[in-house]
Amino acid sequence: MVNLKHQPIYNEVHINGSVTLSGTAILDNINLTIKAGQWTALLGQSGSGKSTLLRLIAGLDTGADFTGSITCSPQVNLSGNVSYMAQDDLLLDWANVLQNVCLGARLRGQGSDEIKARRIIQKVGLKQHAHKRPQSLSGGQRQRVALARTLMEQKSIILLDEPFSALDARTRTDMQDLAAEQFKERTVILVTHDPGEAVRLCQSIYLLQDCSINSINALSPPFPKSINDKAMFALQSALMTQIRQSERADI
Amino acid sequence: MNQNKSRYSSLIYSLAALAGLIVVWQGVVLFTGVPRFILPPPALVFSAFVENWRLITDHGLVTFIEVILGLIIGIILGIATALQLEISPTARLFLRPILVFSQAIPVFALAPVLTLWLGYGLISKVTMAVLIIYFPVTSAFFDGLRKTPSGLLDLAKVMQATNLRTLFYLKIPAAMPSLLSGIRLAAVYAPIGATIGEWVGSSEGLGYLMLLANGRVKTDLMFAALFTLGALSIALYGIINVTINKFLFIYENSSNNNAF
Repeated sequence: MVNLKHQPIYNEVHINGSVTLSGTAILDNINLTIKAGQWTALLGQSGSGKSTLLRLIAGLDTGADFTGSITCSPQVNLSGNVSYMAQDDLLLDWANVLQNVCLGARLRGQGSDEIKARRIIQKVGLKQHAHKRPQSLSGGQRQRVALARTLMEQKSIILLDEPFSALDARTRTDMQDLAAEQFKERTVILVTHDPGEAVRLCQSIYLLQDCSINSINALSPPFPKSINDKAMFALQSALMTQIRQSERADI
Repeated sequence: MNQNKSRYSSLIYSLAALAGLIVVWQGVVLFTGVPRFILPPPALVFSAFVENWRLITDHGLVTFIEVILGLIIGIILGIATALQLEISPTARLFLRPILVFSQAIPVFALAPVLTLWLGYGLISKVTMAVLIIYFPVTSAFFDGLRKTPSGLLDLAKVMQATNLRTLFYLKIPAAMPSLLSGIRLAAVYAPIGATIGEWVGSSEGLGYLMLLANGRVKTDLMFAALFTLGALSIALYGIINVTINKFLFIYENSSNNNAF
């Protein structure tokens, strides 16, 4: 198994094409390159197609039609190189934390590396809880387990579908810090509706609006930004202004 | 502590309801003057039970064995069918209409045919019980298997899980509560199946004893057999229910075991 610490694999993701949902265009003729080894935000309101795009990259069913191509460079098969974390922690109620973290290996029929799993559980601060069931954990702790499960997969591309949006403000900030630290060398795609989150964590930001994708000038590293970073607030309010200028069909 | 208390008081209420029923029954007998061979008074039924204790337990044991065998075989067949339906789309196409059609024929109507084919002994009764519980178990478990949260299946797909492992580690555990409620239903249905089988043709069992007593106008004995059957069903349901609840408890709440 490749140890990412010493041998980082960088993968860029290219997306070209259009997404339609029962005849209506959601994303029209987009051309997007996700840079390797950094965090990229897909920012947009509900129905903007950001989650659809992420699910397309993950190779999951979307219910929408996609014409175009999603490729990876250097040329590798995208499926098998991605790891996915959603808003729902998707923990198995009938398995303990350790077993949940080892789920991937078990589902593939590989032996699970328990020592590594325990190390990761310690890294996310759940050492005392390794043998507990998810029911006895708080929302933040559950999302930490999901993070540990994602880390355990050791993939170069990490897909995050609003993983922090169900958490309370403080837990969300803590989780952002933890995720930023743990996913440091990976290609991370973060889907979010929160400009603040995008600005705080991501080196590239794409705004999905009115069927197209616009690149936004993001802040420069290091990330995550401190919670009282002035530039972060300025960019956040500029972004919010831009978002509110878009035509809104659903009001 | 609290739960024990509420369980205790619910037992008290059940016993009170039973006592009330007996009082009403006695009242009906007293005030309408209905003859004994139509409705014997409770005391007479009780004494018939005491007098025929051996007879009733012997026949009761036969019915009990039929029910238990029916339950075990029916549940195993139900689980196997549901798994087959889940694994194979072809099986779904072929078996589903057959399953639905088989339910359109009342199982009761099959009893004479089963007796004709399988004889008057144990096998036709067990088959009857199996037939009656097979569908509820199959459909409850299959429904459960189809209802795995889609997010979990997405996760499995991204993790490149094999189909069989997704079935064993995600779908089956997620479907356990559905299967267990199917088994609960089966515990209620199985005695019905066995009794119908006995009515149609047999020389043993509580159903047979009831028909025999009825034919000889021993209505008190018939009632005694009927209540024994009722008690048997309730006891069976109770035992299965308690076991299932224990299992569900382990399944959903325990903090430290390896039942993965």
